Amino acid sequence: MKQRQLKTDKVLVFAVSAFAFLLLAAPVIVLLINGLGSRAWEGLPDSETILSAALLSFASTFAVVVLAAVFGTPLAYVLSRYEFRGKRLISLFIELPIVMPPAVAGLALLLTFGRRGAIGSLLADAGIIIPFSILAVILAQFFISAPFYIRSAQVGFSSISAEIEDAARVDGAYGWLMFWYITLPIAWRALIAGMILSWARALGEFGATILFAGNLQGKTQTMPLLVYSVFERDINAAIWTGLILIVLALIALSLSQWLARAQDKLT
Amino acid sequence: MRVLAILLAAHCIGIGALNSSAQDRLAGSVTVYAATSLTDAFEAIRDAFTEENPEVDILLNFANSATLAAQIAVGAPADVFASANDLQMDKAVDSGRVEAAEVEVFAHNRLIVIVPADNPAAIESLGDLARDQILLVLAATGTPIRAYTDAMLASYNADFGDDFGERVGRNLVSEESNVRQVVARVALGEADAGVVYQSDALGDVADRLAVIPIDERHNQLAAYPIAPLNDGSAPELAKAFIDFVLSMAAQPILAANGFCWPAILDYSNAAVATPEPNLAPTPAVRAPAIDCEAATIEDG
Repeated sequence: MKQRQLKTDKVLVFAVSAFAFLLLAAPVIVLLINGLGSRAWEGLPDSETILSAALLSFASTFAVVVLAAVFGTPLAYVLSRYEFRGKRLISLFIELPIVMPPAVAGLALLLTFGRRGAIGSLLADAGIIIPFSILAVILAQFFISAPFYIRSAQVGFSSISAEIEDAARVDGAYGWLMFWYITLPIAWRALIAGMILSWARALGEFGATILFAGNLQGKTQTMPLLVYSVFERDINAAIWTGLILIVLALIALSLSQWLARAQDKLT
Repeated sequence: MRVLAILLAAHCIGIGALNSSAQDRLAGSVTVYAATSLTDAFEAIRDAFTEENPEVDILLNFANSATLAAQIAVGAPADVFASANDLQMDKAVDSGRVEAAEVEVFAHNRLIVIVPADNPAAIESLGDLARDQILLVLAATGTPIRAYTDAMLASYNADFGDDFGERVGRNLVSEESNVRQVVARVALGEADAGVVYQSDALGDVADRLAVIPIDERHNQLAAYPIAPLNDGSAPELAKAFIDFVLSMAAQPILAANGFCWPAILDYSNAAVATPEPNLAPTPAVRAPAIDCEAATIEDG
C-alpha cells in the first residue's frame, strides 16, 4: 500500500515537472520551428538591418566586458578580502541592478547622464552628449550586466583559502605579485565565467538601452531593440534576430556553467 | 432574489458582456484598443461614458496603431479599435476582424513641431530642422505619425530644396515606438525637436514645450477611424461606446484635447463650442479652434 502511494507520488512529481519544463521550453522551441520552417534560409529578410544591429551589439558588449573586468575586478577583490563598515550596503547597491527593472535603470541613467541630468549637464557643457550614442548603449549595458561579473569574481576570490595566500606571503609574494601569480591562476575560471555571464546579459539588454540610448538603426539599435522594432513590420527579421540571440545565449550559458563547475572542483 | 441578481451581474462581468435588457442599462466590460495620441482624450471620454453608464467597465489599451493592428491580426481580445490612420485600420480590416463598412472617422488631428521650452537648439522655423547638430526624435517607421511626418517633410522639399527631407533625416537620433515617447524625450530636454500631433502638446507637458507651427500648405490632416471588432465579446457595448465617441457628448472632449471634429460629422449647428467643465480632464486645457483647415495652435 505504502509502495503504491510512493509510486503515484512519483508519477505526480514527474508530471508536474514535465509540465513546468514544457512551459519554459515551448516558446523557444516554437520560435526555432518558426524560424527554420518558414522559408528558412532563402533570403534573410532585410539582412542589412540585422547586420548593423549585430555589429553594434558585439562592439558594445565587448566594451562592456572589458570595462567590467577593468573596474569590476579590483572591486570584487576588495569585497572578498576586506571587512569594513558599510560593506553590506555597498554589496547591496552593486547587486541591485540584477533585480532592478531595466526600464527603471534606464530612467535613472537618463536622470543622471542625460543632457539635463545631474552629471550629464556638466558633460553637455563640455560638449559631450551621451544619450542617443553608442556610449549610452555601453553605459546602459554595463549598469545592468557588470554586477554579474563582480558577483562571480567575488565568489572566485573568496574560494581561495587564506592558507594559500599566507603560504605565498611567507615565500615573499605580495601585492601585484600575489594577485598575478597566486590569485589569478586559481580564480581565473570564475572570472571568465563571470565575464561570459555579464556579456550574455549585456547582449540581451533591452529596457535600459531603449530608455536611455534611444533606438536608431546603425547607431543605438542593438539586436534586442531590433526585435522589438520590427516584429510588427518584418516578423521574419525579428525571428531571425531572436534565434541568433538565443543560440548565443545558449553557448554563453553552457560555457559559463562549465567553467563554474571546473572552479568548484578545483577548490 | 437580490443574491441572484448579484450573481447574474457577476457572471455578466465575468464573460465580459451584456446588459440587463429590462431597463436597457448597459453593464459589463469592453476593451478598447486606441492609438497612443488618443490617451488623454479617451481617458476623459471613458470617464464621461462611465458616468452615464456606471456598470460599464471600459478597458483602454494604448499603443502605436501599427502595434495594435498587428496584435488584432493575431487575435488580441479587443472589442473596439481606434487607429490614427487608415492604413492601420485597413490592416485590421484585412485580418477579417473588422468590417470595412463599419469604419467611421471620429476625429482629425494636425502635426506640429515641438521643442523644449527653453529651445536649446534655437529652432525658429521648420527650415531649421535641417541644420547641423540638431537632435531630432521621430516616431518609428510604420507608425501613423511617422507616415504623416514623412509626407509633411517631403512636401516641404518644394520650399527648401529637394534634399530637405534627407538633411532632416540625418539629424534623427532616435525612433520612438509611439508619439508620446517623442513628447517625453523633448519635454525632458534630451532631444532638440520632435514632430507630434497638436493634441500631444496639451495638458501636463504643455509648459515644458514650445511649438513651431507647420505651414498649412504642408501640414497633413490625420484622420482617426474607429470600428468594432466583429468577434468581440461585447458587441452591444462596443457599439454604444463608438456611438458615444461620435456623439455631441464626446466630441467637445476631443476638441478640448486638441483634436478637430471631422468635417463629415456635421456639428455646425451645435451650440456647444467649448466643453462643459465637468467633462474636461483639466480646466486649464486650451480648446483649440475646431475646424482643422483653419486651425493651428498658437505657440504657447
